[in-house]
Amino acid sequence: MLEIRGLEAGYGLATVLRGVDLTVPAGRIVAVLGANGAGKTTLNMAISGLVPPRAGTITFEGRRIDGLAPPAIAAAGLVHVPEGRKIFPNLSVRENLDLGAYRRAQGNRARNIERVFATFPRLRERMRQLAGTLSGGEQQMLAIGRGLMAEPRLLILDEPSLGLSPLLVEEMFALIRRLHADGLAIMLVEQNVAQSLEVADEAHVLENGAFALGGTAAEVRADPHLQRAYLGL
Amino acid sequence: MGFPPEIILEAVLNGLLTGAVYGLVALGLTLVYGVLHIINFAHGALLTMAMYAAYVARDALGIDPYVAALPLAGLFFGLGYAVQRLVIGPASRGKDENILLVTLGLSIIIENLMLAVFRSDTRSIDVPYAMEVVEFGPALLSYPRIVGFGATILVGLALFLLMTRTATGKAIRAVAKERTGAALVGIDVAHIYAVTFGIGTACLAIAAALLLPSFYVSPRVGNAFVLVAFTIVVLGGMGSVVGALLGGLVIGVVESLSGLYLGDSLGQIGIFLIFILVLLVRPTGLFGARA
Repeated sequence: MLEIRGLEAGYGLATVLRGVDLTVPAGRIVAVLGANGAGKTTLNMAISGLVPPRAGTITFEGRRIDGLAPPAIAAAGLVHVPEGRKIFPNLSVRENLDLGAYRRAQGNRARNIERVFATFPRLRERMRQLAGTLSGGEQQMLAIGRGLMAEPRLLILDEPSLGLSPLLVEEMFALIRRLHADGLAIMLVEQNVAQSLEVADEAHVLENGAFALGGTAAEVRADPHLQRAYLGL
Repeated sequence: MGFPPEIILEAVLNGLLTGAVYGLVALGLTLVYGVLHIINFAHGALLTMAMYAAYVARDALGIDPYVAALPLAGLFFGLGYAVQRLVIGPASRGKDENILLVTLGLSIIIENLMLAVFRSDTRSIDVPYAMEVVEFGPALLSYPRIVGFGATILVGLALFLLMTRTATGKAIRAVAKERTGAALVGIDVAHIYAVTFGIGTACLAIAAALLLPSFYVSPRVGNAFVLVAFTIVVLGGMGSVVGALLGGLVIGVVESLSGLYLGDSLGQIGIFLIFILVLLVRPTGLFGARA
């Protein structure tokens, strides 16, 4: 579904991604793990067109999308829920969700809003409230809900558990499982290695702008290098 | 003090009426600031251009400025859209200090263009209703100012509906606070910037048509209004649309009352006193968000 080959990207003189290869098959959860500064967020930004790739190709459902602007990529159904949520603080919860369908699935907006409210009942309660006044966990729900409004073909979740309480982190991973059970392909970018490996089908570990190891989640979990570097075992 | 209450009432009412159109000029400025986060130094020159356009419509084509207001708004929306999309956007390369210089350069070009075409003479149009007054209780109110007030209310209402009821309006508000999030839901940020700039310029065209029956046109006339508009924007809160309209009313009344008490030529002193006071006491303005 998503094929990345030899991707290089960076900012100014700094190169962050040095030849990344990654495949996300339809209907799978692929976890991209890595420490701070490994290039996880830059990878996401390059996929969604916020950072122009310097080399390599990105193919989504058979179509080259590297070099396209973010609206065209969103229109193709590759929906990115960014790190830090990036919700619209000056708009109501309802308006944030409306804008999730700005480029896609406008016709199903009413039905999809009901679905989002069924998934996140808290958002229904706060429908008219300004999004900037929500708690961190509610903002994360809104960011994901806004992404779901576009009926994504592939959902990129960047650090969805960051800054959430342990209880909410559990809920977040339960939600990711549910979305996956509905058949959605998910690229999950996380620092939370243990829980990501539990939900993911495959995992890849980014180090210094390139993948250091990858495979099925079970293989990666058993890898001695990962255990030393990230799990402290 | 000294003046009978009817005179003061009349000054306040006339101030409110004039202030509404000031608010309309400020509206474009504050909208562009609120969304693009730039101060548009070409705002005054674009107002001048719009006033000349309304002048030509009347002088050469015989179209009443009130009739010309809507077509001019459409024309200037297109002009503003093109200027942002083709000139300011590409030339600035995402750096705010470049935008400042580009808009300053634009204003110099437009002013000199107007000077070349229309010379430095002050011009005015001759419409039968220019000096007409309407009785309002004990007060006599100028007809063109009443029209200006009503039209400004209508524009404010239309903008409110646009911003809250349409997808484009929501996108404009989204881009104002969260560009990255906007791009990720598929909003074309460059397009929204240009639409916003176009709306700001269209407001100027309407303001120009409303001002023309009672003001002279000269190649630098826009700057006088924009100086007042800057005060209004600071008073109302940078980026606040409601603040611009209410701030305009306040400034209109202040100007009118200080004209009454200090004499016409000193009327603007009150405005700049307010400007300094706001900067000292409440730099975010009446409706501005705290940084």
